[in-house]
Amino acid sequence: MKTRPRFFTFAAPSRFYRLAGLLVPWLYGVAAIFAVAGLYIGLFVAPTDATQGEAYRIIFVHVPAAWMSMLLYMAMAGWAAVGWAFNARLASMLARAIAPTGAAFTFLALWTGAFWGKPTWGTWWVWDARLTSELILLFLYLGYLALVEAIDDTRRADQAGALLAVIGAVNVPIIYFSVRWWNTLHQGATISMTAAPKMANTMLTSMLLMTISFWAYAFAVTFARTRAIVLERERQAEWVHGVVVPLESRKP
Amino acid sequence: MSWNGVGEFFAMGGYGLYVWGSFAVVAVWMLAEPWMVWHKHRLAFNNILQDQEQGLSDETAP
Repeated sequence: MKTRPRFFTFAAPSRFYRLAGLLVPWLYGVAAIFAVAGLYIGLFVAPTDATQGEAYRIIFVHVPAAWMSMLLYMAMAGWAAVGWAFNARLASMLARAIAPTGAAFTFLALWTGAFWGKPTWGTWWVWDARLTSELILLFLYLGYLALVEAIDDTRRADQAGALLAVIGAVNVPIIYFSVRWWNTLHQGATISMTAAPKMANTMLTSMLLMTISFWAYAFAVTFARTRAIVLERERQAEWVHGVVVPLESRKP
Repeated sequence: MSWNGVGEFFAMGGYGLYVWGSFAVVAVWMLAEPWMVWHKHRLAFNNILQDQEQGLSDETAP
């Protein structure tokens, strides 16, 4: 009988630990290369905006950060739910590992948004639907982190966190569609699936390169954090002692 | 290239504070977070090494 790699092969923390260990440096590399390319095009090739002048260049970090903040929340809630429903250890660990990075991207989206709002709207902050729902997203992330840290029993912490994460997921479509549902100061969607882009090609290219970079970064950093969590939780497991060897006794 | 000199580049048409204030915070975080995660992993790794050493010394103890 032929043995084929099964779908759940990498659901074993031991396998994931090894695979992620190989992937993380490459993912950081991809993130760095795409960031250099994106920043080069965004800062040196893309033209000045006719209405916003140079202030618009904040878009190259603001939009990718905002996208990642929503995407990572859905990933976190999804893995938390899988971990809860199927009692899958690795899924719960992934959810935990995604949360700090998601919270950081949410903060960065709000921060860069404030630095863009000041010169273009004349204010750092308004209680507009888009901004408020993004702020709620930050509180959801922080609430999740505080909740799972507060419960000592790992499984119960994962379950409580999953409940919060899944309920909070309703906020994500609210953020996304807020600019359409309400009259907001925030501009409409930057990229629409149904309409031709309104931006210059070079601006769009830079933003997409930065998005790929942020995406690779998010994978790298959450995989790396998951590896740390795997070691923390599987400290007693037999396989860990095959992986953890003193540096001096490793084969060259 | 749309810039005449380094000064103009950093001035960003008068929006330097806003553009660089955004980019800098993003850059600082994206350098700090991988470092913090690396540190977290090393800590967990070293804890297990310590377990192993203690386990060994227990077995070899008279």
